[in-house]
Amino acid sequence: MKLYFELLWIFAKIGLFTIGGGYAMVPLIEREFVDNKRWISKEDFIDLLAVAQSVPGILAINMAIFVGYRLKGIKGAVATAFGTAFPSFAIILAIALFFTNFKDNEAVIKVFKGIRPAVVALIAAPCLQMAKSARLTWRNAIIPVIATVLIWLMAVSPIYVIIAGGVGGYLYGAVFRKKKGGSQC
Amino acid sequence: MLTLFLQLFYTFFKIGLFGFGGGYAMISMIQGEVVTKHAWLDSHEFTDIIAISQMTPGPIGINSATYVGYMSVLEHGGPVWMGVLGSAVATFAVVLPSFILMLTVSRLLMRYKTHPVVESVFMGLRPTVVGLIASAALVLMNADNFGSIDGDAFQFYASVVIFALAFVATYWFKVHPIMVIVAAGVVGFLIY
Repeated sequence: MKLYFELLWIFAKIGLFTIGGGYAMVPLIEREFVDNKRWISKEDFIDLLAVAQSVPGILAINMAIFVGYRLKGIKGAVATAFGTAFPSFAIILAIALFFTNFKDNEAVIKVFKGIRPAVVALIAAPCLQMAKSARLTWRNAIIPVIATVLIWLMAVSPIYVIIAGGVGGYLYGAVFRKKKGGSQC
Repeated sequence: MLTLFLQLFYTFFKIGLFGFGGGYAMISMIQGEVVTKHAWLDSHEFTDIIAISQMTPGPIGINSATYVGYMSVLEHGGPVWMGVLGSAVATFAVVLPSFILMLTVSRLLMRYKTHPVVESVFMGLRPTVVGLIASAALVLMNADNFGSIDGDAFQFYASVVIFALAFVATYWFKVHPIMVIVAAGVVGFLIY
Protein backbone atom coordinates (compact mmCIF):
# COMPACT_ATOMS: atom_id res chain seq x y z
CA MET A 1 0.00 0.00 0.00
CA LYS A 2 2.86 2.31 0.88
CA LEU A 3 4.40 1.75 -2.53
CA TYR A 4 1.18 2.81 -4.31
CA PHE A 5 1.20 6.10 -2.43
CA GLU A 6 4.87 6.52 -3.20
CA LEU A 7 4.18 6.02 -6.92
CA LEU A 8 1.23 8.41 -6.77
CA TRP A 9 3.29 11.01 -4.92
CA ILE A 10 6.29 10.77 -7.27
CA PHE A 11 4.09 11.12 -10.34
CA ALA A 12 2.09 13.99 -8.82
CA LYS A 13 5.43 15.72 -8.26
CA ILE A 14 6.49 14.94 -11.83
CA GLY A 15 3.09 16.07 -13.18
CA LEU A 16 3.40 19.32 -11.26
CA PHE A 17 6.69 20.14 -12.97
CA THR A 18 5.88 18.87 -16.45
CA ILE A 19 5.73 22.20 -18.22
CA GLY A 20 5.60 22.31 -22.00
CA GLY A 21 4.25 18.91 -22.96
CA GLY A 22 5.01 15.26 -22.33
CA TYR A 23 8.63 15.39 -23.43
CA ALA A 24 9.42 17.56 -20.42
CA MET A 25 8.50 14.54 -18.30
CA VAL A 26 11.26 12.40 -19.78
CA PRO A 27 14.16 13.83 -17.72
CA LEU A 28 12.01 13.82 -14.55
CA ILE A 29 11.03 10.16 -14.87
CA GLU A 30 14.58 9.21 -15.76
CA ARG A 31 15.99 10.98 -12.71
CA GLU A 32 13.47 9.49 -10.26
CA PHE A 33 13.11 5.92 -11.51
CA VAL A 34 16.38 5.18 -13.31
CA ASP A 35 18.99 7.24 -11.39
CA ASN A 36 17.55 7.63 -7.88
CA LYS A 37 15.34 4.60 -7.17
CA ARG A 38 16.92 2.29 -9.76
CA TRP A 39 13.55 0.60 -10.28
CA ILE A 40 13.93 0.72 -14.07
CA SER A 41 17.10 0.01 -16.04
CA LYS A 42 18.39 2.45 -18.65
CA GLU A 43 17.53 0.05 -21.46
CA ASP A 44 14.01 -0.55 -20.18
CA PHE A 45 13.59 3.22 -20.02
CA ILE A 46 14.36 3.55 -23.74
CA ASP A 47 11.84 0.78 -24.46
CA LEU A 48 9.30 2.62 -22.31
CA LEU A 49 9.76 5.75 -24.43
CA ALA A 50 9.41 3.75 -27.64
CA VAL A 51 6.16 2.11 -26.51
CA ALA A 52 4.62 5.24 -24.96
CA GLN A 53 5.15 7.13 -28.20
CA SER A 54 3.86 4.34 -30.43
CA VAL A 55 0.54 4.09 -28.60
CA PRO A 56 -2.05 6.84 -29.14
CA GLY A 57 -3.01 9.08 -26.27
CA ILE A 58 -1.34 11.62 -24.04
CA LEU A 59 2.38 10.89 -23.94
CA ALA A 60 2.81 11.84 -20.27
CA ILE A 61 -0.08 9.57 -19.25
CA ASN A 62 1.22 6.72 -21.42
CA MET A 63 4.64 6.89 -19.79
CA ALA A 64 3.11 7.03 -16.31
CA ILE A 65 0.88 4.01 -17.01
CA PHE A 66 3.82 2.01 -18.33
CA VAL A 67 5.96 2.70 -15.25
CA GLY A 68 3.08 1.98 -12.85
CA TYR A 69 2.13 -1.25 -14.60
CA ARG A 70 5.72 -2.43 -14.82
CA LEU A 71 6.30 -1.91 -11.10
CA LYS A 72 2.95 -2.71 -9.51
CA GLY A 73 0.46 -4.03 -12.09
CA ILE A 74 -2.90 -2.44 -12.84
CA LYS A 75 -3.25 -0.77 -9.43
CA GLY A 76 0.19 0.72 -9.91
CA ALA A 77 -0.90 2.08 -13.30
CA VAL A 78 -4.01 3.64 -11.73
CA ALA A 79 -1.83 5.31 -9.07
CA THR A 80 0.68 6.74 -11.56
CA ALA A 81 -1.98 7.90 -14.07
CA PHE A 82 -3.98 9.58 -11.32
CA GLY A 83 -0.84 11.15 -9.90
CA THR A 84 0.11 12.61 -13.29
CA ALA A 85 -3.33 13.95 -14.16
CA PHE A 86 -4.32 15.36 -10.78
CA PRO A 87 -2.02 18.41 -10.48
CA SER A 88 -2.99 19.78 -13.90
CA PHE A 89 -6.66 18.96 -13.29
CA ALA A 90 -6.61 20.84 -9.97
CA ILE A 91 -4.66 23.80 -11.33
CA ILE A 92 -6.81 24.25 -14.47
CA LEU A 93 -9.98 23.92 -12.40
CA ALA A 94 -8.70 26.54 -9.96
CA ILE A 95 -7.93 28.86 -12.90
CA ALA A 96 -11.35 28.28 -14.47
CA LEU A 97 -13.05 28.90 -11.12
CA PHE A 98 -11.09 31.79 -9.66
CA PHE A 99 -8.31 33.17 -11.85
CA THR A 100 -9.74 33.68 -15.31
CA ASN A 101 -7.18 36.43 -15.96
CA PHE A 102 -4.28 34.18 -14.88
CA LYS A 103 -2.57 34.30 -18.27
CA ASP A 104 -2.36 38.11 -18.16
CA ASN A 105 -0.74 38.15 -14.72
CA GLU A 106 2.61 39.90 -14.98
CA ALA A 107 4.48 37.78 -12.42
CA VAL A 108 3.28 34.58 -14.07
CA ILE A 109 4.46 35.78 -17.50
CA LYS A 110 7.92 36.64 -16.09
CA VAL A 111 8.35 33.32 -14.32
CA PHE A 112 7.43 31.34 -17.42
CA LYS A 113 9.69 33.40 -19.68
CA GLY A 114 12.50 32.08 -17.49
CA ILE A 115 11.25 28.50 -17.28
CA ARG A 116 10.65 27.78 -20.98
CA PRO A 117 14.26 27.82 -22.24
CA ALA A 118 15.31 25.76 -19.19
CA VAL A 119 12.73 23.10 -20.05
CA VAL A 120 14.17 22.84 -23.57
CA ALA A 121 17.61 22.26 -22.02
CA LEU A 122 16.16 19.58 -19.74
CA ILE A 123 14.81 17.73 -22.77
CA ALA A 124 18.02 18.15 -24.78
CA ALA A 125 20.47 17.03 -22.08
CA PRO A 126 19.34 13.40 -21.62
CA CYS A 127 19.66 12.80 -25.38
CA LEU A 128 23.41 12.31 -25.10
CA GLN A 129 23.01 9.97 -22.15
CA MET A 130 20.27 8.11 -23.99
CA ALA A 131 22.48 7.63 -27.04
CA LYS A 132 24.66 5.46 -24.80
CA SER A 133 21.74 3.46 -23.34
CA ALA A 134 20.30 2.85 -26.81
CA ARG A 135 23.67 1.25 -27.71
CA LEU A 136 24.36 3.61 -30.58
CA THR A 137 27.39 2.67 -32.62
CA TRP A 138 28.95 4.25 -35.71
CA ARG A 139 26.81 1.93 -37.79
CA ASN A 140 23.38 2.80 -36.43
CA ALA A 141 24.02 6.40 -35.35
CA ILE A 142 22.60 7.46 -38.70
CA ILE A 143 19.11 6.36 -37.52
CA PRO A 144 18.57 9.09 -34.88
CA VAL A 145 20.08 11.65 -37.26
CA ILE A 146 17.61 10.73 -40.01
CA ALA A 147 14.74 10.65 -37.48
CA THR A 148 15.67 14.11 -36.22
CA VAL A 149 15.92 15.63 -39.71
CA LEU A 150 12.57 14.11 -40.75
CA ILE A 151 10.70 15.42 -37.70
CA TRP A 152 12.50 18.69 -37.12
CA LEU A 153 13.18 19.98 -40.62
CA MET A 154 10.62 18.14 -42.71
CA ALA A 155 7.75 18.13 -40.20
CA VAL A 156 7.04 14.42 -40.63
CA SER A 157 4.73 13.11 -37.89
CA PRO A 158 6.72 11.20 -35.24
CA ILE A 159 4.33 8.27 -35.56
CA TYR A 160 5.50 7.51 -39.12
CA VAL A 161 9.11 7.77 -38.03
CA ILE A 162 8.45 5.28 -35.21
CA ILE A 163 6.71 2.87 -37.57
CA ALA A 164 9.62 3.14 -40.01
CA GLY A 165 12.11 2.49 -37.17
CA GLY A 166 10.22 -0.61 -36.02
CA VAL A 167 9.76 -2.01 -39.53
CA GLY A 168 13.43 -1.27 -40.29
CA GLY A 169 14.50 -3.18 -37.17
CA TYR A 170 12.22 -6.08 -38.08
CA LEU A 171 13.59 -6.31 -41.64
CA TYR A 172 17.18 -6.03 -40.44
CA GLY A 173 16.54 -8.80 -37.90
CA ALA A 174 14.83 -11.02 -40.50
CA VAL A 175 17.73 -10.70 -42.97
CA PHE A 176 20.32 -11.12 -40.22
CA ARG A 177 18.69 -14.28 -38.86
CA LYS A 178 18.41 -15.78 -42.32
CA LYS A 179 22.13 -15.19 -42.89
CA LYS A 180 23.00 -16.73 -39.56
CA GLY A 181 20.70 -19.69 -40.24
CA GLY A 182 22.25 -20.11 -43.70
CA SER A 183 25.77 -20.30 -42.39
CA GLN A 184 24.80 -23.13 -40.07
CA CYS A 185 23.61 -25.34 -42.91
CA MET B 1 -27.46 18.02 -19.35
CA LEU B 2 -27.03 14.26 -19.51
CA THR B 3 -26.60 14.52 -23.28
CA LEU B 4 -23.85 17.08 -22.74
CA PHE B 5 -22.04 14.75 -20.34
CA LEU B 6 -22.28 11.88 -22.81
CA GLN B 7 -21.01 14.13 -25.60
CA LEU B 8 -18.10 15.28 -23.43
CA PHE B 9 -17.21 11.71 -22.63
CA TYR B 10 -17.47 10.54 -26.23
CA THR B 11 -15.54 13.52 -27.66
CA PHE B 12 -12.63 13.31 -25.24
CA PHE B 13 -12.47 9.55 -25.44
CA LYS B 14 -12.06 9.99 -29.21
CA ILE B 15 -9.38 12.65 -28.71
CA GLY B 16 -7.51 10.32 -26.35
CA LEU B 17 -7.88 7.41 -28.75
CA PHE B 18 -6.69 9.10 -31.92
CA GLY B 19 -4.36 11.71 -30.48
CA PHE B 20 -1.02 10.52 -31.70
CA GLY B 21 2.30 12.16 -31.05
CA GLY B 22 1.22 13.85 -27.84
CA GLY B 23 0.94 17.52 -26.96
CA TYR B 24 0.84 19.90 -29.83
CA ALA B 25 -0.13 17.29 -32.40
CA MET B 26 -3.34 16.99 -30.38
CA ILE B 27 -4.18 20.68 -30.54
CA SER B 28 -5.65 20.66 -34.04
CA MET B 29 -7.78 17.67 -33.18
CA ILE B 30 -9.08 19.22 -29.97
CA GLN B 31 -9.79 22.42 -31.88
CA GLY B 32 -11.74 20.55 -34.56
CA GLU B 33 -13.95 18.83 -31.98
CA VAL B 34 -14.36 21.50 -29.35
CA VAL B 35 -14.48 24.70 -31.42
CA THR B 36 -15.64 23.74 -34.91
CA LYS B 37 -17.94 20.79 -34.25
CA HIS B 38 -19.49 21.35 -30.83
CA ALA B 39 -18.83 25.10 -30.37
CA TRP B 40 -18.18 24.54 -26.65
CA LEU B 41 -15.51 27.23 -26.86
CA ASP B 42 -15.05 30.03 -29.40
CA SER B 43 -11.63 30.38 -31.00
CA HIS B 44 -10.62 33.20 -28.67
CA GLU B 45 -11.30 30.99 -25.65
CA PHE B 46 -9.43 28.19 -27.35
CA THR B 47 -6.34 30.36 -27.82
CA ASP B 48 -6.64 31.25 -24.14
CA ILE B 49 -6.63 27.63 -23.07
CA ILE B 50 -3.51 26.97 -25.16
CA ALA B 51 -1.80 29.94 -23.54
CA ILE B 52 -2.87 28.71 -20.10
CA SER B 53 -1.66 25.19 -20.93
CA GLN B 54 1.74 26.54 -21.83
CA MET B 55 1.89 28.42 -18.56
CA THR B 56 0.72 25.65 -16.29
CA PRO B 57 2.12 22.23 -15.63
CA GLY B 58 0.61 19.16 -17.17
CA PRO B 59 -0.19 17.73 -20.57
CA ILE B 60 -2.28 19.92 -22.87
CA GLY B 61 -4.71 17.03 -23.42
CA ILE B 62 -5.56 16.98 -19.70
CA ASN B 63 -5.59 20.76 -19.41
CA SER B 64 -8.01 21.27 -22.27
CA ALA B 65 -10.27 18.40 -21.15
CA THR B 66 -10.50 19.90 -17.66
CA TYR B 67 -11.15 23.42 -18.95
CA VAL B 68 -13.64 22.46 -21.65
CA GLY B 69 -15.49 20.11 -19.28
CA TYR B 70 -16.07 22.95 -16.84
CA MET B 71 -16.81 25.71 -19.35
CA SER B 72 -19.26 23.74 -21.50
CA VAL B 73 -21.41 22.85 -18.48
CA LEU B 74 -21.49 26.46 -17.29
CA GLU B 75 -22.42 27.66 -20.76
CA HIS B 76 -25.38 25.30 -20.71
CA GLY B 77 -26.50 26.96 -17.49
CA GLY B 78 -25.22 24.28 -15.10
CA PRO B 79 -24.11 25.10 -11.52
CA VAL B 80 -20.46 25.15 -10.49
CA TRP B 81 -20.47 21.69 -8.89
CA MET B 82 -21.78 20.23 -12.14
CA GLY B 83 -19.03 22.07 -14.01
CA VAL B 84 -16.49 20.35 -11.78
CA LEU B 85 -18.18 17.04 -12.56
CA GLY B 86 -17.97 17.89 -16.27
CA SER B 87 -14.21 18.47 -15.87
CA ALA B 88 -13.82 15.12 -14.18
CA VAL B 89 -15.81 13.31 -16.88
CA ALA B 90 -13.83 14.88 -19.75
CA THR B 91 -10.49 14.26 -18.05
CA PHE B 92 -11.36 10.66 -17.24
CA ALA B 93 -12.49 10.11 -20.84
CA VAL B 94 -9.28 11.48 -22.36
CA VAL B 95 -7.14 9.24 -20.14
CA LEU B 96 -9.20 6.06 -20.55
CA PRO B 97 -8.00 5.05 -24.07
CA SER B 98 -4.36 5.41 -22.95
CA PHE B 99 -5.15 3.17 -20.05
CA ILE B 100 -6.72 0.40 -22.13
CA LEU B 101 -4.14 0.53 -24.91
CA MET B 102 -1.03 0.90 -22.76
CA LEU B 103 -2.04 -1.93 -20.44
CA THR B 104 -2.65 -4.22 -23.40
CA VAL B 105 0.63 -3.31 -25.07
CA SER B 106 2.65 -3.50 -21.83
CA ARG B 107 1.22 -6.91 -21.06
CA LEU B 108 2.01 -8.26 -24.53
CA LEU B 109 5.45 -6.72 -24.39
CA MET B 110 6.31 -8.33 -21.05
CA ARG B 111 5.21 -11.71 -22.40
CA TYR B 112 6.98 -11.56 -25.76
CA LYS B 113 9.98 -9.45 -24.88
CA THR B 114 12.48 -12.15 -25.73
CA HIS B 115 10.78 -13.17 -28.98
CA PRO B 116 13.26 -12.59 -31.84
CA VAL B 117 10.80 -10.50 -33.88
CA VAL B 118 10.03 -8.21 -30.92
CA GLU B 119 13.74 -7.95 -30.19
CA SER B 120 14.59 -6.85 -33.71
CA VAL B 121 11.69 -4.35 -33.82
CA PHE B 122 13.05 -2.76 -30.63
CA MET B 123 16.55 -2.78 -32.09
CA GLY B 124 15.20 -0.40 -34.73
CA LEU B 125 13.02 1.58 -32.31
CA ARG B 126 15.69 2.45 -29.71
CA PRO B 127 17.92 4.60 -31.91
CA THR B 128 14.78 6.15 -33.46
CA VAL B 129 13.56 7.26 -30.04
CA VAL B 130 16.82 9.12 -29.43
CA GLY B 131 16.13 11.05 -32.64
CA LEU B 132 12.57 11.71 -31.51
CA ILE B 133 13.66 13.28 -28.23
CA ALA B 134 16.35 15.31 -30.00
CA SER B 135 13.81 16.68 -32.45
CA ALA B 136 11.40 17.48 -29.59
CA ALA B 137 14.12 19.70 -28.11
CA LEU B 138 14.95 21.26 -31.49
CA VAL B 139 11.31 21.95 -32.36
CA LEU B 140 10.90 23.74 -29.01
CA MET B 141 13.84 26.07 -29.75
CA ASN B 142 11.48 28.63 -31.27
CA ALA B 143 10.45 32.23 -30.76
CA ASP B 144 7.62 31.20 -28.40
CA ASN B 145 10.11 29.78 -25.93
CA PHE B 146 13.25 31.87 -26.55
CA GLY B 147 11.95 35.17 -27.95
CA SER B 148 13.63 36.51 -31.07
CA ILE B 149 16.55 38.87 -31.74
CA ASP B 150 14.32 41.16 -33.79
CA GLY B 151 11.46 41.21 -31.28
CA ASP B 152 13.03 41.32 -27.83
CA ALA B 153 16.81 40.94 -27.99
CA PHE B 154 17.16 40.93 -24.19
CA GLN B 155 14.76 38.03 -23.81
CA PHE B 156 16.54 36.14 -26.59
CA TYR B 157 20.03 36.43 -25.09
CA ALA B 158 18.75 35.81 -21.56
CA SER B 159 16.98 32.68 -22.82
CA VAL B 160 20.14 31.40 -24.49
CA VAL B 161 22.06 31.90 -21.22
CA ILE B 162 19.32 30.19 -19.18
CA PHE B 163 19.31 27.31 -21.67
CA ALA B 164 23.10 26.90 -21.47
CA LEU B 165 23.15 27.05 -17.66
CA ALA B 166 20.26 24.61 -17.33
CA PHE B 167 21.98 22.22 -19.74
CA VAL B 168 25.29 22.32 -17.83
CA ALA B 169 23.53 22.00 -14.45
CA THR B 170 21.55 18.93 -15.41
CA TYR B 171 24.12 17.20 -17.64
CA TRP B 172 27.38 17.69 -15.78
CA PHE B 173 26.32 18.56 -12.26
CA LYS B 174 23.28 16.25 -12.14
CA VAL B 175 21.10 18.94 -10.56
CA HIS B 176 17.55 17.65 -10.15
CA PRO B 177 15.29 18.84 -13.03
CA ILE B 178 12.74 20.24 -10.55
CA MET B 179 15.44 22.43 -8.98
CA VAL B 180 16.44 23.65 -12.46
CA ILE B 181 12.81 24.61 -13.24
CA VAL B 182 12.33 26.42 -9.93
CA ALA B 183 15.64 28.29 -10.32
CA ALA B 184 14.79 29.31 -13.91
CA GLY B 185 11.39 30.58 -12.73
CA VAL B 186 13.00 32.69 -10.02
CA VAL B 187 15.55 34.07 -12.51
CA GLY B 188 12.73 34.93 -14.94
CA PHE B 189 10.82 36.75 -12.23
CA LEU B 190 13.87 38.77 -11.24
CA ILE B 191 15.27 39.76 -14.65
CA TYR B 192 12.15 40.49 -16.70
